[in-house]
Order: sequence, then C-alpha cells, then structure tokens
Amino acid sequence: MDQSLPTLTFKDFATDQEVRWCPGCGDFAILKTIQKVMPNLNRPKENQVFVSGIGCASRFPYYMNTFGFHTIHGRAPAIATGVKLANPELDVWVITGDGDGFSIGGNHMMHMIRRNVDLQILLFNNEIYGLTKGQYSPTSQTGTLSPSSPAGSIDSPLSPCLVSLGSGGTFIARSIDTESKHLSQIIERGSKHCGSSFIEILQNCPIYNDGIFEQVKNKKLAADFRVEVNHGDPIIFGKDNKKGIKLNRESLSLEVVPVAGNEDQLLKHDERNKVQAQLLASMKGPDFPIAVGVLYKEERNLFIEDNQKQLRKHRSEKGSVKKLLESGDTWQVK
Amino acid sequence: MQSEEEKIGDLGLEEKEAIVVRFAGDSGDGMQLTGNNFTQATALYGNDLSTFPDFPAEIRAPVGATFGVSAFQIHFGAEDISTAGDDIDVLVAMNPAALVTNLENVAEGGLVIVDRGAFTAKNLNKAQYDSNPLEDGTLEGYRLLSIDIHKQVLAAVEPFGLSHKDGLRCKNIWTLGLIMWLFDRDRSVTIKNLKSKFANDPTVAEANIAALNAGHAYGETAELPVGIHVYKIPKAKVISGTYRNISGMQALAWGFLAGSELANIDLLFASYPITPASSLLHELANRKEFRVNTFQAEDEIAAVCAAIGASFAGSLGITSSAGPGIALKAEGISLAAASELPLVIVNTQRGGPSTGLPTKTEQSDFNMALFGRHGDTPIPVIAAATSADCFDVAIEAVRLATKYMTPVMLLSDGYLANSSEPWKIPDFDSFASFKVKHYDDPKDFKPSIRDEETKARVWAKPGTPGMEHRIGGIERSFDTGDISYDPENHQKMTDLRKYKVENISSDIPLQEISYGNDSGKLAVVGWGSTYGVIHQAVKRAVKEGLQVSHIQVRYLAPMPSNLGQLLSSFDAVLVPEMNTGQFIRMLRSEFLVEAEGLNKVSGQPFKINEILASIYKKYKGLEG
Repeated sequence: MDQSLPTLTFKDFATDQEVRWCPGCGDFAILKTIQKVMPNLNRPKENQVFVSGIGCASRFPYYMNTFGFHTIHGRAPAIATGVKLANPELDVWVITGDGDGFSIGGNHMMHMIRRNVDLQILLFNNEIYGLTKGQYSPTSQTGTLSPSSPAGSIDSPLSPCLVSLGSGGTFIARSIDTESKHLSQIIERGSKHCGSSFIEILQNCPIYNDGIFEQVKNKKLAADFRVEVNHGDPIIFGKDNKKGIKLNRESLSLEVVPVAGNEDQLLKHDERNKVQAQLLASMKGPDFPIAVGVLYKEERNLFIEDNQKQLRKHRSEKGSVKKLLESGDTWQVK
Repeated sequence: MQSEEEKIGDLGLEEKEAIVVRFAGDSGDGMQLTGNNFTQATALYGNDLSTFPDFPAEIRAPVGATFGVSAFQIHFGAEDISTAGDDIDVLVAMNPAALVTNLENVAEGGLVIVDRGAFTAKNLNKAQYDSNPLEDGTLEGYRLLSIDIHKQVLAAVEPFGLSHKDGLRCKNIWTLGLIMWLFDRDRSVTIKNLKSKFANDPTVAEANIAALNAGHAYGETAELPVGIHVYKIPKAKVISGTYRNISGMQALAWGFLAGSELANIDLLFASYPITPASSLLHELANRKEFRVNTFQAEDEIAAVCAAIGASFAGSLGITSSAGPGIALKAEGISLAAASELPLVIVNTQRGGPSTGLPTKTEQSDFNMALFGRHGDTPIPVIAAATSADCFDVAIEAVRLATKYMTPVMLLSDGYLANSSEPWKIPDFDSFASFKVKHYDDPKDFKPSIRDEETKARVWAKPGTPGMEHRIGGIERSFDTGDISYDPENHQKMTDLRKYKVENISSDIPLQEISYGNDSGKLAVVGWGSTYGVIHQAVKRAVKEGLQVSHIQVRYLAPMPSNLGQLLSSFDAVLVPEMNTGQFIRMLRSEFLVEAEGLNKVSGQPFKINEILASIYKKYKGLEG
C-alpha cells in the first residue's frame, strides 16, 4: 500500500460530536472497533466515505472523522453506488440497520449486492426498530412482543446473510458487536475484498430487544450456540470443542455430531462453496449454533471496474460538443 | 364522384404557405420511420417545419385496432412554423382504424390517401365501421385517393423474392415515395437511410428502395383524380446558417453535455426507464465520449439517490423521469435541498394521474414541480418551450444547480420530447462558461462556509485532504454544519433556503415579450410546450389588428422580477395550459392579476384555432 501515508491512530477517526446512542448500546462497541481498524487499513483518510440511511445505526457517520453522508431511510445503497460511480478511488462504507437495510431499503440492498459494487456494507442487526421506539423488524423472531405487535409479531423473519447470498453476494460474513477482535478481522478482510462486502453484525439493543443474542454473546453459553468458521478448518464448537458439524449427504442437510468418532467426517469450511455457505448461514438455535466468520467469498466481475472500462473505451477520443452539434444531416441556408 | 370533384375543385394546396401531412397506420406499419424520412427530406428542401409523433402506449397492439394506431404529423411551409399544425391537409391512412381515428381532424376538402388493400371486412369491423367508408359517402367533402397499396407494393418488390409478409412491410416506404412525389421531395437521403438501416440485409434494402421509387413513379404516371399533382410549397425565409433537425430529447441530452463542458464537471445521469422519458437515458448512454456516465438504477428512488451520491462525490447528478417517477423521487429531492447539493431533475410530463396517458402530453405536473415536497423545500423550476429550447434550458439547469448548490427541476413534456424542428446550430464557442470550483482550502474548513452573494454552501468533495465533513438530512447548524435541533437555527436555515432560491431571480433574464407589444389589451401567457401554438395564434390576432401579446415564461420558480409589472400593463391576461389551471393559480396569488384560464387535457396539444377562438372571445369581452 501507499507508504507515504501519515501514521494514524483511532483518535484521528473520532469526531468532536457527542455520541448519542443509549447507554449500553452495541453500536458503541462497533464504532470503537471501526475507529481502531481504520488505521490498519492504511488507506488515505480523505478517501473514506461513510454513507448511511435512517435509524440508530445510521447516525454512525457523524462520529467518524471521514467524509460522511447521513441520507434517507433505506437509500444508502443507492447513494453509495452514486458516490462510487462518480469517484471509484473512494473507499465507500454503507452503514445500515435491519429495518433500514432489509425493510424499507431491501430493494436497494439486493441490487447493490448483485451488482458487486466495490464497497463495504455493515449491517447492524438488532432485530428491532430502535429509533421509532421498539416495533418489530424484518429480522425479528416470530412472536416478538412490541408496541405494534402486542400479541406477538406474526411475520416470519428473513436472514440477511441468506438474502445476500441469494442476491449474488461475493463476500458474506457475520460477526458480533462486542467481539472486537473477530469483528476487526472480518472488517479488514471485507475491506480488502473487491466487490460488495456484506457483513452482518449481531448487535444488542439494550432498550427494546435486550439479550436477544444472549446465547451467542454470553461467554458461558456461546460455546454451544456459536461456531466460528475458518476457511479450511473443520467446523467444531462446544465446551472443549467436543461437537462438530457434519454434512448428511443423503438429505443435503447439516447435523451436529460428537467430534469423537467422527473426525474424518466433519465438515471443513470452504468459503468458496456456495451451497455450504447457504447451509451454514441457515444454522440457528436451538438445534444449531450460529455461524460467525466469512461464510462465503468469490471473485466476480466488478460493477465499477466494468463501468470504468466502458468509459475509458469511449473516451479514448474526447467528445467535442461543437462536432456533435454539427454531426449527422445538416443543411446550409444562405 | 364527378360532381364531388367539381364541388371541391382543385386541392388548393398551392395557395397555402404551409401544409399539414399526417401519416397514420398500425403501430407496426412503420409510420414513425416514414415520418422521420419525410421530415429529413422536407428540411433539406428548405421548408420550415415542426413534427409530432403520436403513438400508442401498446408496443404492438392487435393489428387493425383503433387503439393501436400510430401517427406522425408534420407541418411544413414557407412561414415560420412553430406547431405541428391544426387541421390535416393530407391524411395517409394505412387502414380503416387509422382513417376512423383521424378523419375528424382533416380539413374540409383535404386529401385522404388510403390503402384500399387494407379495407377488408375484418379490418372494417375492427375499426367499427358498419359499411365501407370508401363507398358509403363518409368521405364526401374530402378528396379521396384510394389505391390498393398492397397490390402495388407486392408488384414493386416482386423481383427481390421477399415473402408475402416481408413484401407488404415495404408499403410504408411505397407510400412515402408517393408523398415525396406530391411535394417534390428528394429521395436520396431516404435511400441512404434505407441502405444503412438494412446494411445487414441488402435485399431488403433494395426492395424498400424499389418500393420508394415505385410509389414515386405511381404519382408520376397513374391517372390521378383532377387536382392531385405535384405541389411546390415555397421555401421558408430563414436566417442564414447551418441547420439540423433536433428533437426535444436530443436537444436536452446535448444541452447537458454542453453544460458539463461549460461547468467543467463530470455528469452522472441516473435514471429508471419510463415513457416518455427513457430516450434521454438512451441518448446519453451513447455519448460516453463526453463527460457523462450513465446508470440505469433499480427504481426511481435509487436513480435520484445515485445522482445525489454522485453530487456529494463532486460530479453533477442528473435524474430524469415522468410524473409518477418524479413523485417517487420527492424524498430524495428534499434531501438534496436539505444537504445543499446540486442536482438536476428532468420531468418529461405525461397525462396523469397515476399511469394516466403514458404516451400523451400534458402540463399537469406544475404543482408537483413547485410544491411536491415535504417541508418548506423551495427549488428552482424551469421549463423548455420548444425542442431546440431544450438545449439552452439544460445548460441553464446545470448552471443554476452548480452555482446555487440546489436541486433544479426542468420541465419538459411528451410533446416536446418527441417533436422535432429545424435548429440553427449555435456557435458553441460563443457560450459563456461557468466553471465549478470545488472547495479545497483546509484552513478553518467547515461545510457551512457560504458564498457571500449566492449564499450557496461550499462544495468540498471526498478525496480532498482536510475536507472531511459530514452532511445529511437532519437540520444542520448555520454556523458549523453539524446537527442542530436549535429552534432559532431551524428558522434561520428555513429562511436561508427560501432566500437562496428567491435570490436567483436577480441572476436570470427579465421576462421578455415573445411576440407583440409590451402593453396592450390582452396578454396570452404560457409556459412550456404551448409556445409554438400561442405564438401562431397571437401572430394571427396581431395581423388582424388586435392588441394582443404573447409572454412565454421559462422561469417558473423563481419567476422573473418584472413579470408582475409586465402583466399589469395589459387589460386582461389569458393563460392557456394543458392542465386544469395550475400556473394561473400561481400568477393570481403572486401578482393578484385577474387572469383567465384556457385549459385542455385531452392528451393532445392545443390547436392554433382553439387559442385564437379564446383570444377572440376574451377580446370581445374587453371591447364590450
């Protein structure tokens, strides 16, 4: 990378704005992690652009001392695509929440992912609407009690990672707000990936959905309810790593099996395997642990790069307005 | 028949300074192609002209259906032509449906040319004719030229071995040949066009050329009814220079390219396909050698948002749609206004509400353009008056958006977009540039620094060291640009947004009189594509000694500072609009003038006689 860049610390990425999230919000941890990870990316600070929509998560750009655009509900993907089309040199980050990204902005999310625009998408998924005071979201579990669903929500939730996979995502990962080290690694990998890097961050809302990820986050419970997948490694979890994931080749489904006696048959994580990524992304409690890590990665043609290629091709000879006006059939009047 | 001819006598076309020809047929009959070729030949002949393609919403309606009739109208002649014409002098009807839908607009004694071969029982039935109009007296009062074009064209293309179906496809070109004979047009450009269109299939090209020549030869050799012979319409007296034909959409696209050169800025044109606006996307997508990038977004909202993103990044974002799509963009436009970013929004208006009449023209989005946003969100709104005017208006939109850091709405409509007219090619070197300067001074930088005069916020683009800043839709502090919920600050910022737009009135030309004196009895005030028709009506009225003037307003928001005073110089004000009276409400409330509306929402442009009748009526009231 560029060796001439000044050495930066996380403080260079903090603004003077008072951070206005509720005490205990998972967003604080994510902010801190991203501010810390930015210097490691070794990219010019003035090239960093954070674009967000509306919601608690979308306040994020105000707290990053980079370029930032807090836009309108659900539309950050479209605005970010415009930013990148106008200047491909920029590092564009889309900050969104489960309501912003997968309810009102679901359409744009899908298209940003399928186009493989070169940018990072950070989804702060707390499975609830926070800023509008606690209504159920498209990722809320069925039965969620909320002001708009006093008898329990009857919607089935969607899985952001599965939607991304179905949309043709080329980098799909999942991490956790308070797992700073893991989240940093995922973000670094995502930022290096060429394409639309989709990162779902499970984030606790202490006010309206407190403890929804307790099993995944609680150090005591997490061993049984969370599995970290790493490319090439067998997928094992549980206290003392005694449980593993095996592929049932008959039913094309996953099974939790004891590691002992199944050592040869344990599923090894292959982040290039789309079918496997779908199975891993689908895993959830109580029968399965939730998978975190890079679930899927592929190299595919880049939207922005292809756009630039076309522009370069057409611009080998610069257009002249004067010539354009005189092109085609003209006639003289004397 | 003989007595009829005696009654009508000669067609009398040679006495006319201008002629209206309308080609009408099935949407698959190639009427637009026919019309475009005739237009080219007419321009080269030296007539002034104006055209209006009028096609159905259905891409391929059932053959012979009245709702599938596609038409192309051209008005050409020696005088200055600024409309596609009122009554039709020559109607070409390729089938009964084309006849039944257009006959009422043919002038008394006008020439009706029909393809008798298409007047089958089945087609008559589809056009809901109980009996054959060629035989039952329906066409009494018109001059009829009934030819079995089916038979003629098949004979003409026989040597080329085309299938029956492919052979018949040349019948529009055969007819074009006949009309070219009637008006003494040169066929060479059409021959060149056919060779290029069918470059991959030389046999089809040759067959079409043979059909064109056969149609022409038919005129020369067939025994035609009395009065049908070659008509030589005098050439127009126009200012010397190099001319070309240009459609509204082409002029708009080229105007944006010109604007980007003058502003020295890249464009991102982001749009979602919609009738009748899509051709702007097509034209610009083909012009990447200029400083334009195009993006077909997933929807209207994404299109406006991508354009805003590009503006944030330092390019100029432009988006375009028709009424329903503009409605979807409203929230994005407000974001651009709140975050003070440049943006151009083109609205090619069509008949509404909802899907309305997608392929027909209307001016009913005036209110939406001025007021269709939440909050107090004023933006400049400008309207193009003619196809050629689209070029200048596009440049002006780029200038205003970049100079004032504001969204600008540009109003066009279905008529302007599709119609074309000869255009004296301007000298682009003589255009004044308005180069954009992105802010790059890191000393005490804040995004709220403003230009003293315009109050426009600085435009600092990502990628520039020291310019890091955050903007957004939440109200920002006037002083720092940071989020502010302070009551007094919101008042100040709301006042600022209002001032910024109102102040533009000092940076635009004073309103001029388009035709007539700057005071008098009656001012006919229009905006947008009604220019041509009002011009003709007022010109005729003035010729008859009436004290009538024409005012066409380009700047709808803010309006020119002298407009109110100008209106008060007339005893009465007449406002023709293709809506139920939107601009007139603005004129009344802003200037407290007693204005009267003339409103039409049939999906068709006004006719000169409709405006003229209204002028007479209003004028009579003034004298009485």
